[in-house]
Amino acid sequence: MAAIVRLVNRSAISSAMGQQFLTFSSAAKAGVKAGQVLPEKVKIVEVGPRDGLQNEKTIVPTETKIHLIDLLSESGLPVIEATSFVSPKWVPQMADQVEVMKGIGRKPGVSYPVLTPNLKGFQAAVKAGAAEVAIFGAASELFSKKNINCTVEESLQRFDEVMKAAKEAGVPVRGYVSCVLGCPYEGKVAPEKVAHVAKRLYSMGCYEISLGDTIGVGTPGSMSQMLTAVTKEVPVSALAVHCHDTYGQALANILVALQLGISVVDSSVAGLGGCPYAQGASGNVATEDVVYMLHGLGIQTGVDLSKLMSAGAFICRSLNRKTSSKVAQATCKL
Amino acid sequence: MGNVPTTVKHCLSYEQLVQDYPWLRRWLQEEKTITTQEYPEFVKIVEVGPRDGLQNEKEIVPTGIKIQLIDLLSKTGLPVIEATSFVSSKWVPQMADHTDVLRGIQRTPHVQYPVLTPNMQGFQDAVAAGATEVAVFGSASETFSKKNINCSIDESMLRFEEVVNAAKERHIPVRGYVSCALGCPHEGHIEPSKVAEVAKRLYHMGCYEISLGDTIGVGTPGSMFKMLQSVMKEVPTNALAVHCHDTYGQALPNILTALQMGVCVVDSAVAGLGGCPYAQGSSGNVSTEDVLYMLSGMGIETGVNLAKVMEAGDFICSALSRQTNSKVAQARGRTL
Repeated sequence: MAAIVRLVNRSAISSAMGQQFLTFSSAAKAGVKAGQVLPEKVKIVEVGPRDGLQNEKTIVPTETKIHLIDLLSESGLPVIEATSFVSPKWVPQMADQVEVMKGIGRKPGVSYPVLTPNLKGFQAAVKAGAAEVAIFGAASELFSKKNINCTVEESLQRFDEVMKAAKEAGVPVRGYVSCVLGCPYEGKVAPEKVAHVAKRLYSMGCYEISLGDTIGVGTPGSMSQMLTAVTKEVPVSALAVHCHDTYGQALANILVALQLGISVVDSSVAGLGGCPYAQGASGNVATEDVVYMLHGLGIQTGVDLSKLMSAGAFICRSLNRKTSSKVAQATCKL
Repeated sequence: MGNVPTTVKHCLSYEQLVQDYPWLRRWLQEEKTITTQEYPEFVKIVEVGPRDGLQNEKEIVPTGIKIQLIDLLSKTGLPVIEATSFVSSKWVPQMADHTDVLRGIQRTPHVQYPVLTPNMQGFQDAVAAGATEVAVFGSASETFSKKNINCSIDESMLRFEEVVNAAKERHIPVRGYVSCALGCPHEGHIEPSKVAEVAKRLYHMGCYEISLGDTIGVGTPGSMFKMLQSVMKEVPTNALAVHCHDTYGQALPNILTALQMGVCVVDSAVAGLGGCPYAQGSSGNVSTEDVLYMLSGMGIETGVNLAKVMEAGDFICSALSRQTNSKVAQARGRTL
């Protein structure tokens, strides 16, 4: 009985696959996809000190944050999101934003963007020495309402002021879109909605749009669909992916994004930051694991993996927690 | 059909097959419009938790628990469940109860229960215990072969040939494994051509399927692509499977790469059972739940019910007093 199924399975598959194989080998389609020309270089945007720590339960001392950022600066990362100029009432972890900004050693050639949810935050950020800022919009109305208490459109209008001020000050702005592959409240999110929000941020003047799978529910299927929609509205060179590893899909999603031309990837050292929507689950993808994959693909990142792992080891010791990076966990024997 | 037993009639009935495998109707009826397909429509999952998974767990698992685990997995729709290993209990004490396990499980129709048989002795014991499918394990690394099974690759092939020939006589299908396909804990880098050579030998010897194992999980989509390119020159794609370890978190992108190249059989272990003996405290097998989640999100059929696999995962983690390695299970609140 099982043999029959296996026979049917095999013959069905082999006849179909046989066709597929011929087509693929003649058009080299599967080969083209898997061996697709990938970007030579990928820019890693390290979000551990902000997105990562923001989601850690223990309040991290300012010196620890500064030391972490300094270690990350030494590892070759080109962009390190340092902190967030959001009200300490909402995000106590980021209350020491000014001290962090003033305390870190800025490595030449490295960017230290900070989140600025409104004009007040922007002004405080610039005063503290910020040279790049970030704003965020959601692709889900419900998420926007619950997260920042206004509609998506209203949130983008709030950012108009920030954009204007940033332009005047010559400060580049990065845009984030959250819930691009699913929302904890709405469930499925239409790719067209993501494209719409990304386009708005881009036309407002954001130089780069980071597309965030906030709850990590995306798979290569939904990532592909979403990027196909977004790349119709925003040039692929201005896009980044910010994948969460809550369902273990992050690296697979990043791979597909690279195959579609994306060359900027957000990640967090040691996979810092849990998921506030799934108790005990992981959040950000670990920078070490991303770098391991990229280097294995022959893609340059400029990052020294062992120095990066030292930074990861440091913050995990300080937080008294285990790393979420599999590479860090594995690299003892080999 | 008068003398055919009802059970066989049931299984031979087209209606029943189509009911059990909804994708089948499409396969049999559709035009050859697969040219634009990037991925297989169906992926066969080979569940290795009860064997490869438990083999790498430190605690000896009671026979009753193993049987219960396999019985739970049998209800999930998994088409293949590797049940146990007929290896000497001196080497692998965890599998000492192989005969009791094989005899104790409730075999579900349409499900295969292959067992490992490293040599003739193991094969004979397996057949005596009721095995209807077996597997042999080659290595792409000479050093690994020597250290793991105490003989060279060539010597191991001779042993396997004996098993395969005996299996052929009894119409028992044999699956071949190639370990260290993307790297060896002793030799480091492994040439894709070496993997292809071993895979070819196993295939030509009579193995119906060759599972290419990234034994220490060091592979990345880059090395997976190169290795498969090499192997696919020697073995038809539809006879290939990938057995990825998640030690460096690379399993899912590696599997994705394999799927993009036309591979449509994936090995995995429920709850990501089984650590890595070469990297203390690290994970080993990729979790079946996480693989299913990815495939389902891509619209790829597997015939497997994720929720039921998670139940089986809950059961075994509870029994072993350990946390699941599956991120999907963790996300859905299944932490101990």
